[in-house]
Amino acid sequence: MPEALLKVQNLKKVYESSTGSVEAIGDISFTMGRGELVCIVGPSGCGKTTLLKCIAGLLRPTSGVIELDGKKVAGPPPNMALVFQEYGRSLYPWLTVRGNVELPLKHKKLTRDERDRLIDDALVAVGLDHAAKSYPWQLSGGMQQRVAIARAVAYQPEVLIMDEPFAAVDAQTRADLEDLVRALHRDRGMSILFVTHDIDESVYLGERVVVLSKSPTWVQEDLAIDLAPERDQITTRALPRFTELRTHVYEQIQRAKRGEAVRPTS
Amino acid sequence: MATVDAPLIVTSPPRRRSRRTGRTLRKVGLGLAGIAGFLLTWQLLPTLGIVNPAYFPTATDTIAQLSLMLGDLEFWRNVGRTMTSWAIGLVIATVLAVILGTIIGLVPFLRRATHSTVEFLRPIPSVALIPLAILMYGYQLQAALLIIVFASFWQVFIQVLYGVADVDAVARDTARSFGLSRGSRIVNLVLPTALPYLMTGLRLAATVALILAITAEMFISIPGLGRAIMLARDAGQWTTVYALVIVTGVLGLLINLVFRAIERRSLSWHQSVRGEEVL
Amino acid sequence: MTLYTSTIVTPRPRPRAWAKFGESVAYALGLPIILLTIWGVWSSVSAAPYFPSPVVIFEAFIDTWVGPSFFEDVLPSLGRLAIGIVLAVVLGIAAGTVIGLVRWLRELLEPIFEFFRAVPPPVLIPIVAVLVGANDLMKLVVIVTGAIWPVLLNTIEGVRATDSVMTETARSFALTPSERLRFLVLPAASPRIMTGVRQCLSIALILMVISEMFFSSSGLGYQIVYFQRNYLIAEMWSGIVLLGLIGVLLAVIFGFVERRVLRWYHGIKEVERA
Repeated sequence: MPEALLKVQNLKKVYESSTGSVEAIGDISFTMGRGELVCIVGPSGCGKTTLLKCIAGLLRPTSGVIELDGKKVAGPPPNMALVFQEYGRSLYPWLTVRGNVELPLKHKKLTRDERDRLIDDALVAVGLDHAAKSYPWQLSGGMQQRVAIARAVAYQPEVLIMDEPFAAVDAQTRADLEDLVRALHRDRGMSILFVTHDIDESVYLGERVVVLSKSPTWVQEDLAIDLAPERDQITTRALPRFTELRTHVYEQIQRAKRGEAVRPTS
Repeated sequence: MATVDAPLIVTSPPRRRSRRTGRTLRKVGLGLAGIAGFLLTWQLLPTLGIVNPAYFPTATDTIAQLSLMLGDLEFWRNVGRTMTSWAIGLVIATVLAVILGTIIGLVPFLRRATHSTVEFLRPIPSVALIPLAILMYGYQLQAALLIIVFASFWQVFIQVLYGVADVDAVARDTARSFGLSRGSRIVNLVLPTALPYLMTGLRLAATVALILAITAEMFISIPGLGRAIMLARDAGQWTTVYALVIVTGVLGLLINLVFRAIERRSLSWHQSVRGEEVL
Repeated sequence: MTLYTSTIVTPRPRPRAWAKFGESVAYALGLPIILLTIWGVWSSVSAAPYFPSPVVIFEAFIDTWVGPSFFEDVLPSLGRLAIGIVLAVVLGIAAGTVIGLVRWLRELLEPIFEFFRAVPPPVLIPIVAVLVGANDLMKLVVIVTGAIWPVLLNTIEGVRATDSVMTETARSFALTPSERLRFLVLPAASPRIMTGVRQCLSIALILMVISEMFFSSSGLGYQIVYFQRNYLIAEMWSGIVLLGLIGVLLAVIFGFVERRVLRWYHGIKEVERA
């Protein structure tokens, strides 16, 4: 069995607030292999973003282990890239599209040619090579999110983490962006951890769907999506198997919201 | 099942609501410490002879003088005089600015026609007019008012122009489609939109007016705190000078706080993006 | 030489562009010309002793300032102003950045700095004059100590409130601290900083004028007061006009710099308003 790229073991995160402590994450364990596209879904407020921030090294967990490529995560690891939901606040408005994509590459030891090649490559991959000189705020929401994706892609991370990246985008654009993510996964073999609240999206995109419970969060189910790797918006979503899977996930989420699922004790 | 690893980080000891109070306390404490440090430095500089103590009295001497002054009627009269010229100048400037600003702001032709004149007159430092004011009015209050009004006017005027022009296009179209008369539109749409801008302009003008009131007193010999400073300097009473400087600083702070509070209250319902602050 | 027939078509856009340009010029010059004309007429009709006609002022302007006085009085004044502004801005931004980023330092210093800023700057002139001496250095010190506060305090405020998502983005991409300063913290703070710089400019100008008018025996400000005391009205006015021009020049330069530095900021505001 190939060694897991990302290993999360018994992760727990407790917040101190003025009214007492809040156990955002109770006990989350899962692994992600190289080149996998794993989606994480869960009821609202189940700590999806907290989980991602812990994995990304932006938050320190209360207890538990997170390992990326065998190394413990104690701060933002250099081989991980994040795409945030709020693209408007994640892209820097004083830099052009190209400038934004270039910024994380500046401190990597690359020659100018290599850097330019990575940037051009990433921009072409997301379909924005014509917009390199524009500023992010001159672009539509969907295009801005593409810039954020291009920035992450150019960084050449081992793991791409996306935190509900298409939540703030209209439905048509979201469909295009979903296909973009699948294309990146397929063509570049990127390992992608994708958090969403959209159940259809998680089934459409993922090779696995991890369903989280209500807070204090634990992994309620780790579902393998046995759809064909070649997917498209119309035919795949019309497949009976797709409907079965999404109904199953939906039911799991409903159970999670009602707090009906019982945490296995072992 | 995998064993539970030793925790990465142990939860910090439970903090209660005092966390937020603790932070505020720390902030206030540090602020006071900063002030204390400044006072200590002030005390040491003349005492150690780093600065000439004849012209730079210690903090304690100055504060002693200040408390003496607070019991002196003449001091309070001076405060009154300064605040009077400040208030008169501010009121005149505001009235002029609101009238002119509203008229010009509402008529696009006037805006365009006056733009170049405004942009040329606005940057003229009001103090450049001091010699002219002295010529025209002698060493009288009117001279001071000329200076104060000229500078304060622009602060309010520019803000009123912004405010009147900032009426949201959708709101305006809504009003027109509902058949509101022009007068009604002005009262219900333009005025509320422009009000926060006016408050910002007032705040800026209030600060400027104080600076110029005191400047005029210093250099046109109008009675007031500014003149008191110059008289004390001429008499070599440096403790009085520094004590008065502190008083002007306190006045400036008070005015700023009061007008900021007024501005914030008028802004509380209005979520427009504020135009740039201009002194 | 052949004659061209009427089938030659002149390009359409150019007349419109010229008409537009002419229109702008008319708007820009219209009111000033009207006002100057009214002033000129009124000053010749009534014997207003303190308001000579614009023509007289213009002549005085040429006589007074175009010549050796420009190099003896005006240029040094401008030089001091420029150096004072540069010092105030550079020191203000440098110190403000450090203080703004170190929380305890900010909490320690901000209150006392706010007090310093509240003191009307001209009040400090007699003090600086007596401590430093009534020389050129004094004028420079006055400008810097008076004009630094808006830059300093605005930089502190601008630097400390960087958007949290932008900061997390920087952390997630492991930007080095100097990269974060150069590409995140300072650009994000630049609108606030520019506001402070604008205030700094107007304070610096006020201080230059006052310190020269009443605490010096050279410089542009001193000349104007000299003219006033000797009833050389037209010359005094020419000096005022020159100060006005300097103020306008400062505003124009600042406008250029601000538009360039904050091009992105204005762009966003425009997009938001649309």
